[in-house]
Amino acid sequence: MSPHGLGGTVRLGGRVLLRDAALRLAPGWTCLLGPSGAGKSTLLRLLAGLEVSARLEGWREVPERIGWMAQRDLLQERLSLSANVQLMARLRGQAPDPARAAELLASVGLAGRDEARPAELSGGERQRVALARALFDEAPLVLLDEPFSALDPARRAAMQTLAHTALRGRQVLMVTHDPAEALRLGDRIYLLRDQRLEPLPPLAPPHPRPMGDTELALAAAALLARLSEAA
Amino acid sequence: MIRRALPLLLPLLLWQALTLSGQVPPYILPAPLAVAEALVADRALLWTHLLVTLSEVLMGLGIGLLLGGGVAMTTSLSPRFERLSRPALVASQALPVFVLAPVLTLWMGYGPAPKVAMTVLLVFFPVASGLRDGLASTPAEVLDLARLSEASPWRALLWLRLPHALPHLGAGLRIAVTYAPTGAVIGEWVGASKGLGYLMLMSNARMRIELLFAALILIVAMTLVLNLTMDRLLRRLRM
Repeated sequence: MSPHGLGGTVRLGGRVLLRDAALRLAPGWTCLLGPSGAGKSTLLRLLAGLEVSARLEGWREVPERIGWMAQRDLLQERLSLSANVQLMARLRGQAPDPARAAELLASVGLAGRDEARPAELSGGERQRVALARALFDEAPLVLLDEPFSALDPARRAAMQTLAHTALRGRQVLMVTHDPAEALRLGDRIYLLRDQRLEPLPPLAPPHPRPMGDTELALAAAALLARLSEAA
Repeated sequence: MIRRALPLLLPLLLWQALTLSGQVPPYILPAPLAVAEALVADRALLWTHLLVTLSEVLMGLGIGLLLGGGVAMTTSLSPRFERLSRPALVASQALPVFVLAPVLTLWMGYGPAPKVAMTVLLVFFPVASGLRDGLASTPAEVLDLARLSEASPWRALLWLRLPHALPHLGAGLRIAVTYAPTGAVIGEWVGASKGLGYLMLMSNARMRIELLFAALILIVAMTLVLNLTMDRLLRRLRM
């Protein structure tokens, strides 16, 4: 697998968000931390090839297909869960594959709910469907923009574990503002601050660390203290 | 039951009282009982004309929906068409379409065609602008999905924009169904040999004012029934 990522200088209007830096991805989870407004989501959108007002002067290497999970689940209310899971494929013009959609729904704990509508689900269940939608494409690169931030802590932890298992072996880039989340999941952690990408030491594998892990709790507290100092 | 009927019953009683007072001659305002009598006695005649008007309204609604929907979707698919058509759309909204009725009759004859055309003109704009606004207001983050999957504009329209726009289309249709009967009746006033609008003019000319009022009541009733039916249908479709 070729190294995906982007590098160079990113400008937003007259402001520089990133100066002459590179973000190289590898199989496993790369987490991107940073204060609000530093440009984490902008970087993710640039990588995804989505519309942004920022400009990248440099290189960008991405696979043909990219999995995507945003902060909002972006489920289509009028479509069944099955159709929602297949949405990206249908947008691409592929033939429907309800059997595979059912399989993926089952793998995220929603077996037999194929014909349910998104409105019948809780917030956590909706993000599970969004995860199944991202999995349907078998994209080698999956980009996550704070997808668990709206969930309550218990559901968030469960969702992290589920996503980690489901996305095993792929290149995952997750933007988050939660140090504990980055430490729990990240094989690599970067802090986007002052126009730089600063690598932070990740916790040793295996990931995801259990929620009660003391090392995780201490590291998260230390990292939070460090982030607060700078802020 | 009485409490609910009161808002309807009270004006009727006032109306009857007014006509009984002798202040208003019956050729200006017939008694409600006389109108009711006409509704029953001339029911076959009224029914024939009602069906004519109703069919004009339904055809106008159907064609107006197709045209308005087609223009709105083309607008969404083609930015160039949007630029070209926008001034025409705005101008068509500002135009008092009723002044076109004599011209339409001149061009299309005395048959149902100019009445349907008149209705189409009234239905077209709320449908086209409602759907266009809905399609254009699809959230950007939803459209990200189209970008990520490199969806063709047509597929993005079908899977992302249209589902989002349906409630806006529903709002447009609710307005359209209120306007539609007016279009057909005005078309009939200008020149017709059938329809409730024609019957109103006929009754007026023959001093059968109670029949004129009966036709008027049927037009109002038809509009209300169309409104309710449309509302039920749209609710069922979650629009």
